[in-house]
Amino acid sequence: MRADPAEYRLVSPGNLQAVLSLLAGESAQWLPIAGGTDLMVLYSAGKLPNRKLINIWNIPELRQIEVFPDSIRIGAACTYTALRRHDIVTREFPLLATAASWTGGIANQNRGTLGGNIANASPAADSLPALLVYDAEVSLISVRGERQLAYRNFHMGYKKTALAADELIRGISLPRRFSGYFSHARKVGARNAQAISKVCLAALGQMANGTIRDARLALGSVAPVPLRLNDTENALTGKKIEPSLIEMARTSVVTEIRPIDDIRSTARYRAAVAANLVAEFLEKLAAEGARA
Amino acid sequence: MNLSAETGAKCEVLFTVNGEAKKVLAHPMERLLDVLRNELGLTGTKEGCGEGECGSCSVLLDGMLVNSCLVPVAQASGASIVTIEGMWAHSLMKPLQEAFLECGGAQCGICTPGMILAAVHLLEKKPEPAAADIREGLAGNLCRCTGYMQIFEAVASATRRRVAR
Amino acid sequence: MRSASLQERHIVGVSMPRKEGWNKVTGAARYVDDMVLPGMLYGATVRSNVARGKIRTISFDPSIAWDEFVLATAKDIPGKNCISLILDDQPCLASEIVNHPEEPILLLAHEDRHKLRKAVEAVSIEYEPLPSVHTMEESEQQSTIIWGADNTFKSYVVEKGDVDAVWKEAAYIVEGEYLTGAQEQLYIENNGVIAVFDPENGVTVWGSLQCPYYVHKALMALCGLPGDRIRVVQMETGGAFGGKEEYPSMIAGHAALLSIKSGRPVKIVYDRMEDMVATTKRHPSRTRHRTAVNKNGQILGGEIEFTIDGGAYATLSSVVLSRGTIHSGGPYYWPSVRIRTKAVATNTPPHGAFRGFGAPQSLFAMERHMDRIAQVVGISPVEIRRRNFLKPGQSTTTEQTIREGIDLDRLLSRALELSDYTAKQTRFAKENKEGMQKKGIGIAAFLHGAGFTGSGERYLNSLVGVEAGGDGNVRVLVSSAEFGQGTNTVLCQIAAEALEIPYESVAIAQPDTTVVPNSGPTVASRTAMIVGKLVQSAAKGIKQMLTKTGLLADDYTPEQFRSACAEYVTAHGALNSYARYEAPRDVYWDDEKYRGEAYAAFAWAVYVAEVTVDLTTYSVTVDDFVALQEVGKVLHPVLAEGQIAGGVAQAIGFALYEKVVWQNGRMINNQMTNYIMPTSVDLPPIRVFFEELGNVHGAHGAKGIGELPMDGPAPAIINAVEDAIGVRFRSIPLLPEDLFEALRPESLQQDALSSTRGKA
Repeated sequence: MRADPAEYRLVSPGNLQAVLSLLAGESAQWLPIAGGTDLMVLYSAGKLPNRKLINIWNIPELRQIEVFPDSIRIGAACTYTALRRHDIVTREFPLLATAASWTGGIANQNRGTLGGNIANASPAADSLPALLVYDAEVSLISVRGERQLAYRNFHMGYKKTALAADELIRGISLPRRFSGYFSHARKVGARNAQAISKVCLAALGQMANGTIRDARLALGSVAPVPLRLNDTENALTGKKIEPSLIEMARTSVVTEIRPIDDIRSTARYRAAVAANLVAEFLEKLAAEGARA
Repeated sequence: MNLSAETGAKCEVLFTVNGEAKKVLAHPMERLLDVLRNELGLTGTKEGCGEGECGSCSVLLDGMLVNSCLVPVAQASGASIVTIEGMWAHSLMKPLQEAFLECGGAQCGICTPGMILAAVHLLEKKPEPAAADIREGLAGNLCRCTGYMQIFEAVASATRRRVAR
Repeated sequence: MRSASLQERHIVGVSMPRKEGWNKVTGAARYVDDMVLPGMLYGATVRSNVARGKIRTISFDPSIAWDEFVLATAKDIPGKNCISLILDDQPCLASEIVNHPEEPILLLAHEDRHKLRKAVEAVSIEYEPLPSVHTMEESEQQSTIIWGADNTFKSYVVEKGDVDAVWKEAAYIVEGEYLTGAQEQLYIENNGVIAVFDPENGVTVWGSLQCPYYVHKALMALCGLPGDRIRVVQMETGGAFGGKEEYPSMIAGHAALLSIKSGRPVKIVYDRMEDMVATTKRHPSRTRHRTAVNKNGQILGGEIEFTIDGGAYATLSSVVLSRGTIHSGGPYYWPSVRIRTKAVATNTPPHGAFRGFGAPQSLFAMERHMDRIAQVVGISPVEIRRRNFLKPGQSTTTEQTIREGIDLDRLLSRALELSDYTAKQTRFAKENKEGMQKKGIGIAAFLHGAGFTGSGERYLNSLVGVEAGGDGNVRVLVSSAEFGQGTNTVLCQIAAEALEIPYESVAIAQPDTTVVPNSGPTVASRTAMIVGKLVQSAAKGIKQMLTKTGLLADDYTPEQFRSACAEYVTAHGALNSYARYEAPRDVYWDDEKYRGEAYAAFAWAVYVAEVTVDLTTYSVTVDDFVALQEVGKVLHPVLAEGQIAGGVAQAIGFALYEKVVWQNGRMINNQMTNYIMPTSVDLPPIRVFFEELGNVHGAHGAKGIGELPMDGPAPAIINAVEDAIGVRFRSIPLLPEDLFEALRPESLQQDALSSTRGKA
């Protein structure tokens, strides 16, 4: 344990307004902490520079999952366990439920939160590609009010987000229009559990009249931010899935991503696996389409 | 919670540990693991990694399995915590203890408290787990001695014992 | 003669309850960090951050109130500044020169752990860098000398027969080079000790350790104190695997120095990052084979060159080298062989003991090489082994004649049956034609010598005691440590059976050097076999004392035993019996020529690994594992199975997951999140089977089994990978990134070219 608790403050206002006031009053000084599964690791290693933390684990509004006819809104402090247990999430948003099951072991899923995953903004985070393909919208709240932001615009660079200094992630909305899609997710890590991903794919596809009506692809760990493969998607739309298309998609994927060498893996490996995962998805989508 | 607490000030945390009301004076960012071990003398919960990877610090917090090395004690305020020392009161404990002893689920013993807590958590949620459920339920608890085989057997055996009762 | 009431009852061979099991499942077991002493300080180590250099200046940041701290440097060492082991070249604290990153330089202690950590960070050390060496190749080139005259800690040459004559007779000459990486023991409990010095009793140390008397010896030299003023006590130890064989002497020395300086108890417990970066790991290795084979695939002879990286100081490298040397020929008959081996120095924290101790390294090479020979000759991996297995009456590479009735051919057949090998091969060949998942199956056949090599056990001269109280309860007195493998349980079983009393009546003393004799270190798979046999003798000695004094008949009940003890103790005082190791008369070893009976007993094994190679992710998963071994006698079925399963799991990690990433001699992935150990969802069902041939030199015919399971899985797995995708990997750990690189078209071309070599 390489941090001195005496050098840190952790306050627990217990209600959202008080949290927002603190964030507004001494902006850029207070860091919200929910489940702590990212922050406490940094803290224990002596690598958490923020000395002032606000507890948001106990804010009820942040822990609800609200279901509406056209969307669901997931409170930012909903845990992965809560996501895995929610009927609508598992049925209509399987990519998110699956990602939740991949994040750490059960103990970490009981504490880790979706909002925390987003705010921490690691490009390797497991749930973020799913949010991209589901066209998620984030609600950001401050004393100035609440605003919606398309999640695809949230990450601006490596660990740089659109979150203002006085803002808190309030919730994540997902439109309920993906039930008819074929979904496929694959995480590639150093082992089958408790692993930071080397490459992670969340994919949705819909076929119509033997061609791709809609393909949605997002990858983690291949760029400074979780990446939606817009170019590759566009090149796939309206096409028939055959070997030449899959080859084209592979090349397109490799062109779109910007993987690096790091302590976990290499850029070349990541590129090759990313291409493989997309190819695998397309083959499965074709098989699914043939079945329909 | 004292909102105006200055840096360096300790605060009072009230919670229930193993069924007993406890009050500790601690820095809010003190790890729950350290408070349990050092303030409360409950040394059955272990530190293996300090990064939430090995699970040897697992405890039950309001019925949820958590890694206590990643919980600031302030967040445990008002919570009910169960550690290995409190497990004697749990209905699953006897079948698990017997099974672990009979099947060889504990070798060096350092991962055992966490494993047992993880097993309790699993069996509470899934009273008749399939083999894959057991593997998944314990995936956050690392054991270097057993290769996991006899731990799985122990959990499966405890399940049968409990069902038989 | 057995008493009638115990006739049907056996204790040895039955899975008796683990002696300290109850404490472990209730959380009551006390490990060193669970203990706190009044007035205790915490200790920490200031370590070097260069690989090699001269210490120029040490400065202390004035923002820290240094007078609050206890500080110890090399100058404070009362005795010799070394961690006494074999060559005594490793300093306890560096004074002028550092030879590896994270080398200890000075020690600090304080009541407050947080202030202590900040103080460690506030010490700045400036070095004059010296050229450093980071690979075995650089070291053996000797352009930079970092140790001794030639960077070589130790070397051996083993020669049998006339190797130079075989090449011209060979139908094939097969070459290969095989590499294994460092591996971290990763016991879940980090290294830790508490030391107390007081002028009257001297130094007392409680620690997480395997060898109390190693620590005892090291502290005598370091503290300049006689043996009766050093006391070492082993606490419950949360895993060790060799990682707490020699290293505890270092951390105990540090705590002792701080305690001597301060007059207060000092606890040093590492966190995971420090433990991984600063303590010992498995020796990396490089093996080169050049083998002459006849047209039937039988080995005529060959040359084996085996080199291990010892790190910056000698520590145990000579012994690791020895074991690796002796095992390098595998379970095969070599009519002639020349084995040249050496341990070389690099500027990295010294490598040390880890389960297997050199054998997993050289056996990886041998078993990969056998599959290669099979390919060149054009026969199967099964057949090549059948044609080369040692048979009773034949001699090993060190000319040890196999005297027991081991039938490796039959053992192999049984392993193939248990793993459904033939049917699976056929099925895989068909299934692999399509899809991205390629399946393969591979075998490894091997042996593992139990006990210290050659004259080692004679040198250890182990002593064991058994004492009986007036209440008829018996206590086993050994320095053998329990760290999960079942020492406590097995030794009590042996004593109970020898005395024909209930298992519950026998306890084992906590290893405390003021209480127990030196039964040798808890290493080398020697405890059940060698120490167990001594426990048996000592227990029988108790019986003899009672029968000789007429207090007990030859045939007795446990109640009668109890009364006899009561009478004896009343009349004569303490009732105890000691037994000392006696070298078997027919075991002869030549240390000069490195020839003869290397080990009193070998355990034999054939392992089979079934894998899936996923060509989408380039990852290898082990789907099924069969571990079949002949172990003399299974003393405790559950413990034995647990040892094998645990060892196989570690070896799967060795093969596929556990990579130490080095940067200038320092491990940079020193966190559990980046050093990858298999979890419960990564491992296959590990199916364990035993055979028992007995062993005259072991208690109840037992051979050692603790390290055996570490030797076979890695080559079996890599053989299976080659079976699946036809790529000849020669280096472990084999990570998906490595597999990917090897499958790139350019790499495959290169490999195809090099595999045409091997035809004479």
